[in-house]
Amino acid sequence: MKKLSARRRHPLAAVVVLLLALAATGGLYAAFAPASKAQADETSQSLAIDEGKKLYAVGCASCHGTGGQGSSDGPSLVGVGAAAVDFQVGTGRMPAATSQGPQVVKKKNIYSQAQIDQLATYIASLGAGPNVPTSAQYGPEGADIAKGGELFRTNCAQCHNFTGKGGALTEGKFAPDLEGVDPKHIYEAMQTGPQNMPSFPDTTLSEQNKKDIIAYLNAVNSDETVNPGGLELGGLGPVSEGLFAWIFGLGALVAVAVWVAARTAKAKKS
Amino acid sequence: MSTTTTTESRSRGKAPAGERIADWADGRLGIYSLAKANMRKIFPDHWSFMLGEVCLYSFLIIILTGVYLTLFFHPSMNEVVYHGSYVPLQGQLMSEAFSSTLHISFEVRGGLLIRQIHHWAALIFLAGMFVHMMRVFFTGAFRKPREINWLFGFLLFVLGMFTGFTGYSLPDDLLSGTGVRFTEGAILSMPIVGTYISFFLFGGEFPGHDFVARFYSIHILLLPGIMLGLVVGHLILVFYHKHTQFAGPGKSNKNVVGMPLLPVYMAKAGGFFFLVFGAIAAIAAIAQINPIWAIGPYRPDQVSTGAQPDWYMGFAEGLIRYMPGWEINLWGHTLVLGVFIPLVLFGVVLAALALYPFIESWITGDKREHHILDRPRNAPTRTALGVAWVTMYMITLVGGGNDLWATHFHLSINSITWFVRIFFFVGPVIAYIVTKRICLGLQRRDRDKVLHGRETGTIKRLPHGEFVEIHEPLSQEQLHTLTAHEQYQPLELGPTVDENGVERKLKGSQKLRAKISKAYFDEDSQIEKPTVDEYKEITSGHGHH
Repeated sequence: MKKLSARRRHPLAAVVVLLLALAATGGLYAAFAPASKAQADETSQSLAIDEGKKLYAVGCASCHGTGGQGSSDGPSLVGVGAAAVDFQVGTGRMPAATSQGPQVVKKKNIYSQAQIDQLATYIASLGAGPNVPTSAQYGPEGADIAKGGELFRTNCAQCHNFTGKGGALTEGKFAPDLEGVDPKHIYEAMQTGPQNMPSFPDTTLSEQNKKDIIAYLNAVNSDETVNPGGLELGGLGPVSEGLFAWIFGLGALVAVAVWVAARTAKAKKS
Repeated sequence: MSTTTTTESRSRGKAPAGERIADWADGRLGIYSLAKANMRKIFPDHWSFMLGEVCLYSFLIIILTGVYLTLFFHPSMNEVVYHGSYVPLQGQLMSEAFSSTLHISFEVRGGLLIRQIHHWAALIFLAGMFVHMMRVFFTGAFRKPREINWLFGFLLFVLGMFTGFTGYSLPDDLLSGTGVRFTEGAILSMPIVGTYISFFLFGGEFPGHDFVARFYSIHILLLPGIMLGLVVGHLILVFYHKHTQFAGPGKSNKNVVGMPLLPVYMAKAGGFFFLVFGAIAAIAAIAQINPIWAIGPYRPDQVSTGAQPDWYMGFAEGLIRYMPGWEINLWGHTLVLGVFIPLVLFGVVLAALALYPFIESWITGDKREHHILDRPRNAPTRTALGVAWVTMYMITLVGGGNDLWATHFHLSINSITWFVRIFFFVGPVIAYIVTKRICLGLQRRDRDKVLHGRETGTIKRLPHGEFVEIHEPLSQEQLHTLTAHEQYQPLELGPTVDENGVERKLKGSQKLRAKISKAYFDEDSQIEKPTVDEYKEITSGHGHH
């Protein structure tokens, strides 16, 4: 200790401390930073990046720039992560048409899952971002449906309606109906917040919370949903119910009234 | 009279049981004379005269099903943890009101069906009242002596709206809770008294622990009680005034042509009740309504998109949705015009409907009784005003559902709001002009028909080559029906200077009345119906085909 304290005023001491500090920060970062998935398999990783880059150059670069840096036609993709790519391309939203309406809508996906993975790997290599979730993360095991419902009504229903039937946003934009959306895509949408949707990273909605929400949606807005009361009428609430009451309710009763009134008793001729 | 019958029948042995029961009852209730006077009451036949019956029967259905629901509903806001059979809510905190509604829906036998009948019947009841009221309006059935009955009906409609609203709020679900919050906001927007009324109504800060129990009393006792009284009054007045009828041969202001209450109308009405009940039950069995389990329990920190009230309150929702969010801040107080103006408009638009019969009778100055209905075309200004009112109402409903219009027709919600803002003012004007033109066109056609007969579509070639269409003269009955209506003449104020050269003072209200009367009845607002002379001249065959 004595040796060290004797040299603490040495002209190079500051440099040594600086080096040590840098090494410590860098080491800590390397240890704690989100690790890339394919670290173990470096060759296949770089192969995927190459393939992804080719696909990117054909399908995406015209708007997002040759290196994913973005342009006036599309945002930068540095740091959006593999999850964002998997969502956007997997739901067919990307590549988007050159001229589109108020928002980019879901359409038929033209890439195979393998190609999407390659694209995702390439984009992830540009900067760290959320990874594609695994089926254990969005699967139904261990999910609390009721808790998911509470979370959904607190965080999602404002735009997506009570049971995720969708709703209007400003200027022709809308929150889509969530029926039939792949659980993986729902998870990724929450994680990355596409378009007008806010993102709900794990610090806001934990992995378990997301799983609960997905399970709730599966219970109330999917093929498996049971409507004990009969026809759901779109699940949109009183507007569709009112329309139904007027057209089929009052309409039927007026028809009955016309029928009854037309069958009048004839006066007996005497 | 009853004594003589009994002595007579005793001398011949016992009277039939039915007669004896009737006799027993008559001796105590005096129903014979009442029945004698009313059983033969005549009702004219027309489908639109049965709209009121639709309302009456759905009201009865609502009362019957409502009684069943009260047996299981707990009007309490105590917080409980749900452990019932609906999985996606298990373990959730909710009020007892909500949990008992879930219990009715999932565990009580027939509970969900009865709930749905109750709710569908309510929507149909209000829709029926709306259409019934329009029927009365467009045929002029509100004229003397029926103005008070018009007000009774109007009150029934308004009370029906609020009874519906309080009932819709009872399950304490997220949708209705949002509606109650909306109402609280509207109350708070009232200057000075708003805060006090809100605290009084909710027993403190919203939502508190009282409103479900309070709404329950209002929903099942206070408002239906008043409505029942009004319904009875409404029906007594219908009996007293006798039913109106459309013009036709043999029908006058002094008679009613139709079928007697007993047996024909009793059978018809009784059968119609079951048809209405059956139709509503079928709808309730087919289509789901207000699925509170999917909506979830109310929490003031949650809200969903697509939060609308039932259709009859959609009018209020619309007014609020497209009103710009104006407000005035003065001396530390905020006057929320964006909410307060819609609240005032809500009252004004409804009041216009209530007061119309009095306004029209002031303009026409007609103090006679009217039992013959107008055909809408023969009162063009009234019809046009009515259509303008309905247009405004419907445009406001569109505004109330602007988000669903946006998503289903791929439109921008902002454009819809602006469309509604503009057409709230412009729409009724266009509707007024168009309706009036259509009415005048129809009047012209009637006039043509009377004078020239019906176009048969048969073309005849004359010897010199001219083609003419054969017109078939109308029967005497048809001629009567088409010309039975009377036409008012615009009010003349007379000379402003009398014979001595003294200027006559005219009150502002008189001038206004003359002006409106002109707009109602001058030659641009009605087509003069053919006179007997015109008819004779044309049919006497001077060169007409």
